[in-house]
Amino acid sequence: MRLEISGVSHRYDQMEALRDIDLTIEPGEIVALIGPSGCGKSTLLSIIGGMLQPSEGQVSASGAVPEGCLNPLTYVFQDFALLPWRTVAGNISLVLEDHKLSKVERAARIDEVLAQTGLSDFRNAYPKQLSGGMKQRVGIARALAVRPAVLLMDEPLSALDAQTRILLLDEFSALFARTGMTAVYVTHNLNEAVRLAHRVVALRRRPGTIKEIHTIDVPIDQRHEGDPQIAAHEAALWELIRDEAIAADKELEHVG
Amino acid sequence: MSDDRTAVKNPVRLRAIGFNPRANPYAAWGSFIVLVILWQIGSSTGFISELAMPSPVAVGKALWQLIVSGELWVHLAASAQRLAVGWVLGTVAGLTVGFLIGMFSWARSPGVALVSALFPIPKIALLPLFIIWFGIGEPSKFATIGFGVFFPTVINTFSGVDNVARNLIRMGQSFDLSTWSIVRKIILPGALPTILSGFRISSSIAIILLVAAEMIGAQYGIGALILSAGNLYQTDQLIAGVVVLSLLGLSVSWLLGRLDKWLLSWR
Ligand SMILES: Nc1ncnc2c1ncn2[C@@H]1O[C@H](COP(=O)(O)OP(=O)(O)OP(=O)(O)O)[C@@H](O)[C@H]1O
Ligand SMILES: [Mg+2]
Repeated sequence: MRLEISGVSHRYDQMEALRDIDLTIEPGEIVALIGPSGCGKSTLLSIIGGMLQPSEGQVSASGAVPEGCLNPLTYVFQDFALLPWRTVAGNISLVLEDHKLSKVERAARIDEVLAQTGLSDFRNAYPKQLSGGMKQRVGIARALAVRPAVLLMDEPLSALDAQTRILLLDEFSALFARTGMTAVYVTHNLNEAVRLAHRVVALRRRPGTIKEIHTIDVPIDQRHEGDPQIAAHEAALWELIRDEAIAADKELEHVG
Repeated sequence: MSDDRTAVKNPVRLRAIGFNPRANPYAAWGSFIVLVILWQIGSSTGFISELAMPSPVAVGKALWQLIVSGELWVHLAASAQRLAVGWVLGTVAGLTVGFLIGMFSWARSPGVALVSALFPIPKIALLPLFIIWFGIGEPSKFATIGFGVFFPTVINTFSGVDNVARNLIRMGQSFDLSTWSIVRKIILPGALPTILSGFRISSSIAIILLVAAEMIGAQYGIGALILSAGNLYQTDQLIAGVVVLSLLGLSVSWLLGRLDKWLLSWR
């Protein structure tokens, strides 16, 4: 599915969060959104997925969705957003229960995504029993269960410790390479961006506008930790957003 | 620096002591036993006058008398029925209004304003009014108890709904769950811990109102039993009635504890 963001601006009361964003996300493409805190990345992702009405402009979708797709635009959340009163399997079942699937089909989908994310042994566990990494795997499994056309991920690794992050980053990269998934991936971490994205969109702040779009033409499954080519892209991105980051760091929050 | 090594070694004093009370079931039961024994000793030695306070043995005898004569069950059945009907009515109405206030803007401000204005009224003051409306029989007692239970349940329910994590609701919306599914599978279970802890408050309010209503106008019921015993200065029977009330309260709280364990096993 192709997503076309055209002329999107958004303001919260007086504060202009986004201005004139134009961006097209092609099918099979991973787009990373980076930029300093408060530049409107989450706002843009909410608008893309229809969770927030932009003040101006619109997002339109075109093209086919995968077979059996139940929810074309599907989020993976930073804080996992798992129901603590449901087991792993129950959390996945939740997003299937509102659709016309037979019991057998539903169970098959749950088994399939649990196997894909290595959670088969944890199906009856409750979220509080799981580590952060496992919780986010449940978040991924839940998203995959609806066979999304586009995955919308808002800092999916930033609540995890450094070691778990490395493990999940490898899993994401394998998943994207294997499935040819379309995704918009918001992150603060340049390393995640250069490992996963075909294009990295750098935003500038106050108001949020697109500063530059950086293309990385190495196939995702050929990118590895410590690869000099990837390191060079990471350094280029840092050059790109460094001044913004310094400015963001020094700024006082508006009170009230 | 080097002479530091040869200096006297003082062990570091542990400072994180206290502020961590722990439960001990033996001590809980033990405190009852000790109280009753002290009370009996007081009565036997004449330190506590039999007129002012009957001895535990006398209370036990009175209780036994009530049991074997079958009188206790008549009173208990009348009270239990009033308690159950009144509490269920008030709770169902309170949950409904609480959910409306918690979920819809149109219900919010009017609902909160009315509840805040009516909650502080002692409901027993309205009993005469209920008697005029519903007659002297059971309905006026149901109404008193139901009314008393209604307001705290409303307040508790909407604050429970307010406290359901917003991110979970947004998650549900982002997966296009129906409104009904979001209410039933996300908001209701999310508000349940708060709602259940509110049941403890509303059930004790119900017991207080039950006794008050039975003292004002009832032939049977634990409240009526206590009142008539008091009128005849049968203090042993009076205390026996109070003991039954206390046991009633304990059983209700035990039942609610089971309900908690059953419904909130995921915690
Ligand atoms: N609901 C809201 N109401 C008012 N202002 C908001 C709201 N949500 C976000 N903002 C403001 O809009 C701006 C953009 O916020 P947004 O969350 O999109 O930034 P972000 O790039 O995701 O930041 P971060 O990297 O910290 O997650 C910020 O200045 C933020 O304070
Ligand atoms: Mg954000």
